Amino acid sequence: MSNPLKCSVCSKPATVHLTQIVNNQVHKVDLCEACAQAKGVTDPGGFSLADLLLKASLNPEPAASGKARCEKCGFTAVDFKKLGRFGCPACYDTFRGIVDPMLENMHSGVTHTGKVPTRALERKSLYDRLTKLELDLSEAIKSERYEDAARARDEISQVKQNFLPDAPR
Amino acid sequence: MHRARSTSISALLETPSELTDGGASKSAVVLMTRVRLARNLSGHSFPGWAKPAEREKTLEPCRDAVRAAAPMRRSFSFDIAELGELERQILVERHLISRELSSAKSGAGVVISRDQAFSVMLNEEDHLRIQVLRAGLNLRKAWSAINDLDSALEERLDFAFSPTLGYLTACPTNLGTAMRASAMMHLPALVISNQMEKVVRAVNQLGMVVRGLFGEGSDASGSIFQISNQTTLGESEEEIIKRLGSVLDSIIEHELNARARLLESDGAKLFDKIGRAYGILQNSHVLNSGEAMNLLSLLRLGVDLGLFPDSSRSAIDRLLIEAQPGHLQYAQKGELEPGQRDVLRAERLRSEFTSFARPDFGAAGAGKN
Repeated sequence: MSNPLKCSVCSKPATVHLTQIVNNQVHKVDLCEACAQAKGVTDPGGFSLADLLLKASLNPEPAASGKARCEKCGFTAVDFKKLGRFGCPACYDTFRGIVDPMLENMHSGVTHTGKVPTRALERKSLYDRLTKLELDLSEAIKSERYEDAARARDEISQVKQNFLPDAPR
Repeated sequence: MHRARSTSISALLETPSELTDGGASKSAVVLMTRVRLARNLSGHSFPGWAKPAEREKTLEPCRDAVRAAAPMRRSFSFDIAELGELERQILVERHLISRELSSAKSGAGVVISRDQAFSVMLNEEDHLRIQVLRAGLNLRKAWSAINDLDSALEERLDFAFSPTLGYLTACPTNLGTAMRASAMMHLPALVISNQMEKVVRAVNQLGMVVRGLFGEGSDASGSIFQISNQTTLGESEEEIIKRLGSVLDSIIEHELNARARLLESDGAKLFDKIGRAYGILQNSHVLNSGEAMNLLSLLRLGVDLGLFPDSSRSAIDRLLIEAQPGHLQYAQKGELEPGQRDVLRAERLRSEFTSFARPDFGAAGAGKN
């Protein structure tokens, strides 16, 4: 009996054997069932050999386009391939390149047309406005533009009045 | 602390709810309607990726906001980690928490309204999973109720939202409305006449999913199926509800046609099944959960066909829940081996069915069907 091939990721017996030609060079990879699924081999469009080779050579950063790690939560593209879930809301910005191509097959459209959390968005825009005004105020004071400072102060008190009394922040 | 939580689940069991106390009894094919929304707090990791400390930190503001919302007054609130195995199982059997949440280790909870119509899971796959359960078919009412609760929560919580992708969820399959609307349907005639496979295929083509009673991967004992929308992005909530509603109407029509055809072509065989189910429920001494579900399902069909009085439907609906392992063992005050459980289940059903009306086979077809 010949030696069974081992998975190039985890060294379990390999059952999936893949040959890819990149830049006229032949790359052969053997994978076990679990790693093949985790790397998306069943979906050839979503699979990049380079990606896998990089991981196998202990380089955690995949060569995918765009950022590889979410600054907010530390989540990586490799994590997504493993878990099928994202790390935090900001991941949807970081991994746009992964998300956008998926949506068409996954959903009946690619743009949200349903409910909008109007109250929360209002609150956020008020909060953003307040932050900006406070910055304006301190800059105006620093550079002794007292008329601008007075205007900013008035606007701040107006914005504050628009906040609900029990709104957070 | 532990004890205090345990008494509150017994309080929940003692408080009447629409699903265990007769509300569902009027509806022939649809047992219940459910709508759930997934929501997350902006600026925080999703529960599956968050460290335990961060999960604890998001749990409290969510729980406070939920408990302050109008329909959640005097609600029941549980930390999953503080519930015993049986108590979690009971909540799953009542569809108040998911199987996923029931296996959560720390920093996960649930808030359940007094009447058990609303339940909000905290730190399941998303920070909040808000659901409403209504007896019978009532998608529009369910959506409007959950929409109101969601808006109330929005007053206090900043939800992660993108103008193009909608509500941001841990799994991209829930993006957009993050809404899953579903109906629990009793489809015995489609099962008996081997048409379910065809129905599942047709329903899938229409962008809807068919699952068993307890969601993904569960079996369809009792001929009970859950039908829900598959996609959440690209359509508004109202559009999804409307599309699901018309799919459900057409399944109901197929089920009722299948019943009529079974009665016409092979009435004796159908009555035989129902009559035998009645006999077994009255006389058996060992019954596993799957068999009990199937027998109760046949009796429910019997009620729909007019063999039993309409009023007995609610007793059957209650038993469909109470004959399940968690409820059965909790009533017995302790965990039992499956074998002991099956004896206990048979005993419980025997005593229920000794006083049950005899089937009136002459009255078939006189019922509403």
